[in-house]
Amino acid sequence: MKGHKKFLALSHVVLIIVAICSIVPFWLLLAASFTDEAYAIKNGYAFWPKELSLAAYEYLMSQWQMFGRGYAITIIVTVIGVILCLTVTMSFGYMISREGLPGGKIFNYMVIFTMLFNGGLVATYINYTQNFHIKDTLFALIIPNLVTNAFYIFMTKNFFKGNIPEEIIEAARIDGCSEIGIFFQIVLKLSKPMVATLALLSGVMYWNDWQNGMYYLDDVNMFGIQNILNAINTNAQYLRMLGRGADMPTETVRMAAAAIGILPILLIYPFFQEYFVKGMTMGGVKE
Amino acid sequence: MKKNRQWKKWIPIYILGLPGILYLLINNYMPLYGLLIAFKDYNYSLGVWKSPFVGFQNFEYLFKTKDAWVITRNTIGYNLLFILLNTVIGVALAIFLNEVRKKVSKKIYQTAILLPYLMSMVVVSYLAYIFLGDRTGMINHLLTSLGLPPVKFYMTKTYWPLILTFVNEWRNIGYGTIIFLASIVGISESYYEAAELDGATKWQQIKLITVPLLKPTVIMLVTLSMGNIFRSDFGLFYQVPRNQGMLFSVTNTIDTYVYRALLQSGDISLSSAAAFYQSAVCFITIIIFNNIIKKYSKENALF
Repeated sequence: MKGHKKFLALSHVVLIIVAICSIVPFWLLLAASFTDEAYAIKNGYAFWPKELSLAAYEYLMSQWQMFGRGYAITIIVTVIGVILCLTVTMSFGYMISREGLPGGKIFNYMVIFTMLFNGGLVATYINYTQNFHIKDTLFALIIPNLVTNAFYIFMTKNFFKGNIPEEIIEAARIDGCSEIGIFFQIVLKLSKPMVATLALLSGVMYWNDWQNGMYYLDDVNMFGIQNILNAINTNAQYLRMLGRGADMPTETVRMAAAAIGILPILLIYPFFQEYFVKGMTMGGVKE
Repeated sequence: MKKNRQWKKWIPIYILGLPGILYLLINNYMPLYGLLIAFKDYNYSLGVWKSPFVGFQNFEYLFKTKDAWVITRNTIGYNLLFILLNTVIGVALAIFLNEVRKKVSKKIYQTAILLPYLMSMVVVSYLAYIFLGDRTGMINHLLTSLGLPPVKFYMTKTYWPLILTFVNEWRNIGYGTIIFLASIVGISESYYEAAELDGATKWQQIKLITVPLLKPTVIMLVTLSMGNIFRSDFGLFYQVPRNQGMLFSVTNTIDTYVYRALLQSGDISLSSAAAFYQSAVCFITIIIFNNIIKKYSKENALF
């Protein structure tokens, strides 16, 4: 028994250290964004900034057009993206979940093949820019990520198979409900945990996406929040181009911008943690 | 006649699946013809079909460069290291987390450890910069205050294998931990109760019950990752080193190379050859490792 207590104590020590390591950088980011620029350059960022300053946030406010638009674009893309992702993934998942569907196997393999082989960035890029001309449109931010993880299709398929009994579908059909009506009015209503999980996973994915913006957007006015952050990060001149002078606190402004970018996730995540965990543990299983 | 009616009854279901079918065709199947670019002297105005065919010339061009070896080595090398660490640390943390019985503390640990996984790599790059930056970085100010010379991290190759490994573990370990934890939770309590009666110590229980019963999950996850050994996390290798040219020999992977050749230096012959090379070797490794999974557990194999 004594050994057990020791092991439990060891577990707590290790987990506390790992948990602190996971959180500390976020605290530092917040602290850095409130630090006085000159002080930060002289003394480096610290856990507890000695000279507080709101200059970085004041600067962001003065550039509210860029950041506000970025935020708005990210929100629009996330909302539309999640809705489309749910519709496409779940309705396809529902189709392949139905027993006895002629051609069901073919559709199954159609998904599996995408996991085995893909054209890669060049082929995808050429397809989207030359055939669909999505450069500098909102489509560029929504479409390429729609079904990023083919496992999600199987996740919904397995959920429907395991949780929606044939009898319910049969009963609804006898009541005169159409097949499409059954899916939207009955199956989806019974799949709320699945809908929530998938919505959160794809919502975070859309909120965090910067790659499609980097591939397909030249127009800086189309940038969402992540692409603004990316531009500030990789192009030292980007902020200066917009700013009015050398007095701008370049270092701390970056931190403030990043802090604003992660705020929604930090606010939402703790309350929905279980859904994320559920989705992730289910996500990697085909059958 | 009867068969025809049977088929008709499924039409609404096919309609439901149609958006998904169209999407897969557009996003996953249509680009496949673009793989031809690797065998062509591609010209944007001529398009894929009309550009002149050049055989394996693009590949010769690619494999004559030193880069081909460097990006392959980096992609495989980092992946092997990440797979090893993700497994070892993930299993260890999952075992520790499983010991914690109090629901509240368990939830707090889990929430904290998983948080970095939800951040975009752009943000992760900002977080790394707080520590590594030249002017404001915490590590450099610590070094100077100790009387040591500062390090220009974004210009010094030596540290990057360590930095990238650390950042990767920091960001992804929460994911590995919850996957392994889900599988530990599934182990029947009765094994531990029996071991307890026989007077087994905690360490013996872990060694003789938990780890052996985790083996199938570990084998499956490692095999799945091995199948993707030619794919790298583009964000990690592009964002965290902030696209610094001086670091390329230790930070460039196939994915970052393809991106830079396509959209930064505009060399479509090199990028299409590298992308084709990646798709092809990936396909082979996935097939090989899928066959290995099939031997251990049929239900987890892709096909």
